[in-house]
Amino acid sequence: MYIRATGNISPQESFGHGPLLETPVDHRGNRLNCIEPDYKEFIDVKLIRRMSRIIKMGVAAASECLREATLKNPDAIVTGTAYGCLEDTGIFLGRMVEQQETLLAPTAFIQSTHNTIGAQIALQLQCNNYNNAFVHRGFSFESALLDAMLLLKEGDAQHVLVGAIDEITNASHAILTRMGLYRHDNTASLHLLTTPQKGTVAGEGAAFFVLANAASATDYARLDALHTFYKPAGKEAIEKEIGRFLLNTGVGLNDIDLIIDGRNGDARHDATFNELEAGLFKDIPSAGFKHLCGEYPTASAFALWLATRIIKDEQIPAVLNVAKQPAALKKILVYNNHLNSHHSLLLVSAC
Amino acid sequence: MSAPVFIAGTGAISAIGHSTAACLAALKNEAAGIGEMRYLDSVHRDELPVAEVKLSNEELSLLSGLAPGISRTAELGTIAAKEALENAGIGDVAQWRTGFISANSVGGMDKTENFYKAFLPDPTKGRLRDVVNHECGAVTEIVADQLGIKDYITTISTACSSSANSIFFGARLIRNNILDVVVAGGADALTKFTLNGFNTLMILDSEYCKPFDENRKGLNLGEGAGYVVLVSEKVAATLKENPSVKLSGYCNANDAYHQTASSPDGTGSYLAMSGALKRAGLQPADIGYINLHGTGTQNNDIAEGTAIKRLFDPRFPMMSSTKTFTGHTLGACGGIEAVFSIMALNNGIVYPNLRLETPMAALPFTPETKLVTGVDIKHVLSNSFGFGGNCSSLIFSKV
Repeated sequence: MYIRATGNISPQESFGHGPLLETPVDHRGNRLNCIEPDYKEFIDVKLIRRMSRIIKMGVAAASECLREATLKNPDAIVTGTAYGCLEDTGIFLGRMVEQQETLLAPTAFIQSTHNTIGAQIALQLQCNNYNNAFVHRGFSFESALLDAMLLLKEGDAQHVLVGAIDEITNASHAILTRMGLYRHDNTASLHLLTTPQKGTVAGEGAAFFVLANAASATDYARLDALHTFYKPAGKEAIEKEIGRFLLNTGVGLNDIDLIIDGRNGDARHDATFNELEAGLFKDIPSAGFKHLCGEYPTASAFALWLATRIIKDEQIPAVLNVAKQPAALKKILVYNNHLNSHHSLLLVSAC
Repeated sequence: MSAPVFIAGTGAISAIGHSTAACLAALKNEAAGIGEMRYLDSVHRDELPVAEVKLSNEELSLLSGLAPGISRTAELGTIAAKEALENAGIGDVAQWRTGFISANSVGGMDKTENFYKAFLPDPTKGRLRDVVNHECGAVTEIVADQLGIKDYITTISTACSSSANSIFFGARLIRNNILDVVVAGGADALTKFTLNGFNTLMILDSEYCKPFDENRKGLNLGEGAGYVVLVSEKVAATLKENPSVKLSGYCNANDAYHQTASSPDGTGSYLAMSGALKRAGLQPADIGYINLHGTGTQNNDIAEGTAIKRLFDPRFPMMSSTKTFTGHTLGACGGIEAVFSIMALNNGIVYPNLRLETPMAALPFTPETKLVTGVDIKHVLSNSFGFGGNCSSLIFSKV
């Protein structure tokens, strides 16, 4: 599978294919909001007013991605979102509770369904093709990606638009903070991974990709393989899954030039990564990415974008703090783990 | 890639019964499950009939084995998925690469609604245990953990076509040799969020719904769960009973017309049905029964009917909407109606489309109004169309 194009709205200056993280944005506090583009270029002004932030981010990221691929009508549109359209859900729910189920307007409800973004993209493109939405926590993006890869493999599609979208709202941030996910200090986000303590910072993003089954001159990278595993029993189980993944893909550990891992600065969460870094991954340069985008269930989509750009640029941006620069950048392994229960592996290679 | 995918078991819970067998008996007896709201605590109690599962949360907790206080959607899902797995007679799921692909529309919203009452005026209030399973995927994982399934778990949410898509995706994971056994389907409990949402769209009938009737006024919401156990040929060969039904066709298309309304000519519906036929290698004349999406709204029934006319004219298979029994169960309907479609094949019967008085003038066909028995049906087409233009059709065939 070939990664033909990308479109990524994130808490960094990632949109629009500029230099890769040359001027990283250092956020303060436990909430990393996306840097949003001017939507007028991508969405009808009348629609912009009606759409919530996550819908705008999703539609714009997808549009930018299709534009880069010069693709008008993908053979499939597949999205992943763990939380869905939280803002619209919260608006409708809030009014319903406050107004005791009376005098409600439909707009927020209509836009609250989890397939809204994929549907809006299809609507904008007038695309009648395959359209699916995965909503499974830390596997939402990975499931969408698997669906996309299978569609290409089955021969039912030549080009698939696949992406992930999640947003932070005031309500979700308040609830997840109460659940103990986030730090309470004024953390500088770029130092998140070097100051391990209790809690991480919230993130969000909209990252889309065009996957193609045939190579072209303008591909970023190859997506070789994907594997997910759920609630592994411990370190041995994790190492077994990683070992089996590499075996199945015919890749040895020493073939891997860089590991992008899902550490998030929460000491409890990062223990797994530290153990692997000291053990199985000992001789491989590695870098985290969540100091750039924060922690959220579909953060692996940001990691795939990052791996894709690094392969294309053949350069690791300084903000990743990789101590030992690899001699070549031909293969990157992305290992993410959301809340220690949802683990995923992605193998990205140079074309 | 075209390896067969067999149905080894089914499980269902809906307003007309708490098991596959109970649902079948009600379908045969024309016993609809729609009625006055008893369990959902809504101000619309006296105006809007609904199709509730006739058990309280406490009773569901006893039946599902889940701790009380958990989302009703997880309870419904656990009951139906456990039935499906037991019915399949597979034994220990750990001997195979087993997946659980579920679907729902609003996750644990039934509990989030309670949480919001306290949370809204004061964000430090509200019991976190009422919101911890808000995510669609959280509900799926409660059920997966009950089933002991770990190898592959995911959730699909494409509004009313959600669980048709989960069955479809499960079958593809088997065909691609990623999994051997998949429990696939979906669950949704009634919530105030959904009831009020549909109410603002003014598509709820204040009387019992009348799908495919000229004078239809809207849909009745329902709740439930439906799952099938999909198995590969290799697994099927180890079972005591040879599976009698396979999933032979499926297709997903998008109407790309409007966020909530279907196009007048039913473009998405047509593409889904014709694509499923193509996948199965069948002609329209091979279909013996269509389990209609048939919600009872003006818009759905004319769009679906027009697409059927375009595809099947002049020879129409028997048809009916079992939503006349179960109401519209949203994220669960593709799963529940898959179970009903499989039972139609196994029993040689077609269910009645209840309360149909005046056939739609614009359509050259009329769904069955009485139970039809003793028919040799070889292929059933099951339609699930939803918000966002998401349209999916499945075809179940006799082996």
